[in-house]
Amino acid sequence: MNMIVANRPVAPAATSSRPLVRIVIVGHVDHGKSTLIGRLLHETGSLPDGKFETLKAVSERRGMPFEWSFLLDSLQTERDQGITIDTTQIGFRTPHRDVVLIDAPGHAEFLRNMITGAAQADAALLLIDAFEGVRDQTRRHGYLLHLLGVKQVAVIVNKMDRVGFDRQRFQAISDEISAHLTGLGVTPTAIIPISAREGDGVGAASKRLGWHDGPTVIGAIDQFEPARALEQLPLRLPVQAIYKFDDRRIVAGRIESGHLTSGDEIVIMPAGKIAKIRSVESWPATSLRERHHAGHAVGITLDRELFLERGDIIGHTNSAPRATKRLRARIFWLHDEPLTAGSAILVRLGTKESRATVAAIDKAVDPGELSNAASAAIARNHVGEIDIALAQPVAVDIHTDNPHTGRLVIEVNGRIAGGGLVIGIDAAQRATPIDIVPMESALQPEERAARYHHRGAVLWFTGLPGAGKSTLARALERRLFQSGGSPVLLDGDTLRAGLNGDLGFSAKDRSENIRRLAEVAVHLARNGHIAIVAAVSPSTEDRAAARRIAGDLFREIYIATPAEVCESRDPKGHYAKARAGNLSGFTGIGNDYEAPHASELTIDTSHRAIAEATGDITRMLSRTGVLLDTVADLAAS
Amino acid sequence: MQRPSPVPPSRKPLSSPALVSSNAQLAPDPDGGLAGPSMDRLDQLEAQSIYIFREAFARLKKLALLWSLGKDSNVMIWLARKAFFGRVPFPALHVDTGKKFPEMYAFRDHYGKEWELDLRIEPCPPIDAVDPTLPPAARSAARKTEGLKMALAKYGFDGLIAGIRRDEEATRAKERVFSPRGLEGGWDVRDQPPEFWDHFNASPPPGAHLRIHPILHWTEADIWAYTQRENIPIIPLYLAKDGKRYRSLGDADITFPVESNAASIAEILVELAETKVPERSGRALDHETEDAFERLRVAGYL
Ligand SMILES: Nc1nc2c(ncn2[C@@H]2O[C@H](COP(=O)(O)OP(=O)(O)OP(=O)(O)O)[C@@H](O)[C@H]2O)c(=O)[nH]1
Ligand SMILES: [Mg+2]
Repeated sequence: MNMIVANRPVAPAATSSRPLVRIVIVGHVDHGKSTLIGRLLHETGSLPDGKFETLKAVSERRGMPFEWSFLLDSLQTERDQGITIDTTQIGFRTPHRDVVLIDAPGHAEFLRNMITGAAQADAALLLIDAFEGVRDQTRRHGYLLHLLGVKQVAVIVNKMDRVGFDRQRFQAISDEISAHLTGLGVTPTAIIPISAREGDGVGAASKRLGWHDGPTVIGAIDQFEPARALEQLPLRLPVQAIYKFDDRRIVAGRIESGHLTSGDEIVIMPAGKIAKIRSVESWPATSLRERHHAGHAVGITLDRELFLERGDIIGHTNSAPRATKRLRARIFWLHDEPLTAGSAILVRLGTKESRATVAAIDKAVDPGELSNAASAAIARNHVGEIDIALAQPVAVDIHTDNPHTGRLVIEVNGRIAGGGLVIGIDAAQRATPIDIVPMESALQPEERAARYHHRGAVLWFTGLPGAGKSTLARALERRLFQSGGSPVLLDGDTLRAGLNGDLGFSAKDRSENIRRLAEVAVHLARNGHIAIVAAVSPSTEDRAAARRIAGDLFREIYIATPAEVCESRDPKGHYAKARAGNLSGFTGIGNDYEAPHASELTIDTSHRAIAEATGDITRMLSRTGVLLDTVADLAAS
Repeated sequence: MQRPSPVPPSRKPLSSPALVSSNAQLAPDPDGGLAGPSMDRLDQLEAQSIYIFREAFARLKKLALLWSLGKDSNVMIWLARKAFFGRVPFPALHVDTGKKFPEMYAFRDHYGKEWELDLRIEPCPPIDAVDPTLPPAARSAARKTEGLKMALAKYGFDGLIAGIRRDEEATRAKERVFSPRGLEGGWDVRDQPPEFWDHFNASPPPGAHLRIHPILHWTEADIWAYTQRENIPIIPLYLAKDGKRYRSLGDADITFPVESNAASIAEILVELAETKVPERSGRALDHETEDAFERLRVAGYL
């Protein structure tokens, strides 16, 4: 029996500061995955007392030589059939890492179990039998690692004893698998020849593999890094539940990325409702941390009573996830029945579930095959791209923007049937029924013009933050209104709080923001109003798009106040924040504002008083036929 | 029945290596976590378990937590209280073989009240009602499976939360976090559903139930380090007396102590870092035949 020496200064495994890495072992059936794990535990002295003897007895009872794989293949059918059926996990330590080894079955029949294991891993060892070489499950597992987001992969060429430790054989396999993995966007961290059964290359370098100058398996494991929490990304808090156990209404969930603090302005997607975090609740009621980070399970209360529900995602107002009813995803399929266009499915995105229909299927292939003929349905254990039409709007990210909120699983009959990555979000398609018939106004444009003394127009104010767009826009709004006109102000920031609350400041989101502003503005202009848009709109291309949407109703007014003047004004304190590095995606301090060259009017507010500038604008409007004579005279006076 | 003498929750921090290292990483990180992971391992385990608890509570209609009174299920209760802000919003079920240690009953009666648990104590049938082909200790343990089935029939739970861990035993290592059970309560090891990215299969067919395993990913050492950090009370049988202590508590007649001088949690942690004796070595039922444990589990044992 063991003995202990009390109070020896050894840090217990559970709380040591050594990195913990989860490593999955994958590869074709019988290539030696379970054997390698048994061997690794043996080499690192991690087997419990008596285990070796038990395994020996179990092997003998079955009339077999010693089988390392029986350590993890604990089920009777696994031992009887000599294959792994379900995934399992076991812990051990290398010189520099605490490791959880995840064994995965290699048989295609149990791919769902391989995925269950591999999805939990930070890194993978892809095993290949030196004698058999690369096989279909080798390729399929390689592909799935990539879909599951496992980026660190070392290749192990096992059973070198079966090929006489031949260097050429190793090189040939090494070349083949490297080419395959590189094609999938994966660069192996190492390619290592070993004999798992005999121990060569597992823990110590082996004479028989003297020609190999790379690491051993344990050396490769020591290079793997644990996956990092997604703290640098924008806040994503999927709502798990709303609890009312007492007078508090607690919104509970786990922060998937970013961080939050009480007082933060948040937006609840997909509805786009805005609120503030009043408090962060915990039990016992001690809040050691000011800021709560990705990975924490939290409970928050809000400053107002809003309707929100499980499945909503909370983000910060300037970097919220998208809302959509239409997605494109790259998926793997595990269900017996192939997935076809038109299939009714249940989609789970974080804590959200929504019924959905598969609108289209593309690139359905078997990732285990070398030559890939695409088919119309995604068969079991195959992959493909699908368009999904959701019954309800959902909050979501593209997986390259956020790996956690950018992935989904598909359920059929209450059982997980597939999963994959969100590769496209169709914002334009959202909530648009197929059979819309645009309805014309009952009024003629002339009737409105007669009342307002102006025609409809889109006045597009562009310029740096602080240039004076809003001030001028408001002054113009008042002047037009006083003379009987019908101006409507569309301020970029104001609309971001509602209509555009789902948009952030990426280039793509900015374009979408401009598109929506232009659409709303042109709708108003067609109905005779003067839509006054005040938006930084830094991109020439986006403004060109707005001009395309509004056509000849468009008048661009460039507020060309010099950058230094804008920064010294800093009405919203944004320049200061951006200089301090606290505001990402801010236009102003970089050179990211693309000045227009062919505006209808250019105004520098550092040289022009507001009244003068407003006069400049009304004159331009008269000149270009927006203001009709009477109102032009009135406005000029 | 004697007064419970749980290990006193000492309020002052102990200067064990375990506590020092975990506290060091609890401090707020001024760089917003950019400098390194802001959560230590116990924080991560805790957050994962809380997530599982909340998923179970959101997705199942009638839950119960299996409270075996041991170190693992006490950690579970603690985690449930964290998940639900101080209360356990479902019944705590003690399937009572009637053969537990007196200290365990004392603990149950005391903390059932203190933690305001909705405690349901359910008996097990006599030994004759149990599969006679099982080896003796396994047969004795299988009474608990029968008791569990009776409780399920009585209350109609669709989810049972159980404190098993992967590192305890090789077939438990094959478990899912949400593990479906058949109508008879059986575990179909050959056809477990896929489970990934923290998406769980939570739709048991009518009449069947799910086992939910919120601490499946914890190790024995994690349990003790967390118990120490959080000052969770324990049954004193876990601490060494006269050179012996229990590492795992089951029925008094089929559970045996191991040799140990670890008289505090800090000493247990040091012992675990060194020992190569498996945790359940004192559980007779694990060692009777190669497949005894698997047979028990397939039939619905924990
Ligand atoms: N000669 C030789 N045989 C090996 C080696 N490694 C494993 N084997 C044998 O290959 C067979 C399959 O090994 P396993 O470890 O069960 O293979 P696996 O990859 O885990 O198989 P599945 O989990 O069923 O996919 C066993 O009989 C092993 O003893 C090796 O390095 N050399
Ligand atoms: Mg195997």
